[in-house]
Amino acid sequence: MAQHEDGGDVGSAVEKSEPFVPATGTAVLSSDAIQNPGLPPHHERVTDQDPKKEKTAERRVITLFYLSIVGSVFAVAAYIAFPITPGDTGSVRLNTMLLGIGIALGLLSLGLGAIYWSKNLMRGDELTESRHLTRGSEPTRARAAEIMHEGNVESGFSRRTVLRNTLIGALVATPLPAVAIFRDLAPAADPVKLLEHTMWKKGTRLTKDPTGLPIKASDVTLGSVFHVIPEGLNDTEDRLEEKAKAAVLLMRLKPEDLKELPERKTWSYDGIVAYSKICTHVGCPVALYEQQTHHLLCPCHSSTFDVTNHCEVIFGPAKRPLPQLPIAVDSEGYLIAQSDFTEPVGPSFWERS
Amino acid sequence: MATVALIAIGLVTTGGAYFLASSTASAETSTQAQASVEEGQKLFAANCATCHGLQAQGVEGTGPSLYGVGAAAVDFQVGTGRMPLANQGPQAQEKPVQFTDEQTKALAAYVASLAPGPGLPDKEYLKADGNAAEGAELFRINCAMCHNVAGAGGALTQGKYAPALSGVSAAHIYEAMVTGPQNMPVFNDQNLTPEQKADVITYLKYLEKNPSPGGFELGSLGPVAEGLFIWIFGLGAVVGVTIWIAARAH
Repeated sequence: MAQHEDGGDVGSAVEKSEPFVPATGTAVLSSDAIQNPGLPPHHERVTDQDPKKEKTAERRVITLFYLSIVGSVFAVAAYIAFPITPGDTGSVRLNTMLLGIGIALGLLSLGLGAIYWSKNLMRGDELTESRHLTRGSEPTRARAAEIMHEGNVESGFSRRTVLRNTLIGALVATPLPAVAIFRDLAPAADPVKLLEHTMWKKGTRLTKDPTGLPIKASDVTLGSVFHVIPEGLNDTEDRLEEKAKAAVLLMRLKPEDLKELPERKTWSYDGIVAYSKICTHVGCPVALYEQQTHHLLCPCHSSTFDVTNHCEVIFGPAKRPLPQLPIAVDSEGYLIAQSDFTEPVGPSFWERS
Repeated sequence: MATVALIAIGLVTTGGAYFLASSTASAETSTQAQASVEEGQKLFAANCATCHGLQAQGVEGTGPSLYGVGAAAVDFQVGTGRMPLANQGPQAQEKPVQFTDEQTKALAAYVASLAPGPGLPDKEYLKADGNAAEGAELFRINCAMCHNVAGAGGALTQGKYAPALSGVSAAHIYEAMVTGPQNMPVFNDQNLTPEQKADVITYLKYLEKNPSPGGFELGSLGPVAEGLFIWIFGLGAVVGVTIWIAARAH
């Protein structure tokens, strides 16, 4: 067995570089091809010529390495001397800043010193290191094939077929638990249903974000904007998930400013309109309302919606108007929803009809 | 008995004297208020009537009616220098204040006398001693989308913008919420109660007084400003060091 490892004179032998001979294929070699310019003439550096300069360069490197030590020690000392006091944000700032300065000084001067050393003091003349040919020599290749064959014979890989096949089977089966686990990362319930419906339903009161207090129609004065969540949202288990779909912006305009479609006339109340706050582009909260121009802007990509015209898109990458929440007033004067949104809120998804 | 009588007499005299003093005082205030309204009317006719009309009824296409805007709107618009307007534009710009405090108050009194509207805010809500944490939550929900989460301001459409809020006085912040100047929506007392407005003011004043724990805020303009900074200075430094590493020593 041991003698196999020596395997003649191949193995650790270094290949001699051979001059490149172009293959004599069909290519026509032009005579004016760019000639190898060779190496530029060697210039001696000042540190090579002047021992005093060399000494100076050495001192500079030493100084940089000393600075690096100082920086690292400073980082440790500052970390201990200026601890983070809970509740004092100023102390966090001081601590992290001094620690950062120390570590940066330590690493930066170490790196700069090493580069300066190699550029100015280490051997400075140009060397050529030729590449080896990619293809091994014939004896090396023959020996490699022989090793593979010997391995096969010694292990019985192709002779003991049952053993080999069970190994392959085991290798195929190993990743299966991962498949089972990662499959469960998908939403448990049908995501399409979750995306199509929100918490709003007939009779849900419109309440203020974050207090959850109901809103009277008379509270919404002209030019007002209310950031609205459905009643009971604060008590739900998955509050943020529900809020991400059900958030609504409530605005009051002069009723004559609204250009309403006949079938949506009953969706507003005396100039009060409610629209989904989730942008139809990629779902940012659309809430920049200009009360004189009645434009509603998305802060992420500047999609602009015209509130007077059922939040039609007038600028930006959004493709669909914001869904409108039909609202009404209950017997006590509080604003309520007539139903859920009549279309899915937020950005498009594959199964959206 | 004599002691009780003495105390009774003492109480009656001081009470009576106080009543007399306070009634004369209130009479004085009302004459003062009347004088202030007249003063305000004169100032209005001289400085504001060109755009808002002689009776503050508004001029179509030039200036809105001021009926019902209240003293709060006047104190905000005139007190921050936005009015009188220097020129028509996307929105009124802040500029050096044109009137003294007294003149502003007189103008406010005059406009308030035309029709009921939101009055000057109560001093107790302007002390910035409310709950900064709750104010921060309210600010994030109601204000941050336009004014930036740190109150650094932001752009709107067609040259309009939400101004930065640092250095704005508590009274002006309160008045802006109540009146909704320019394109800012109105946040009336049913939407944000006076206590909640005081909390928002507390948060904004807290931001002014406390350093950013994250180091340089770079104007608190958010990820775009920070990205631009690191793009120019960070990458610039990396390019510089790379050139130095690759250059031959002379």
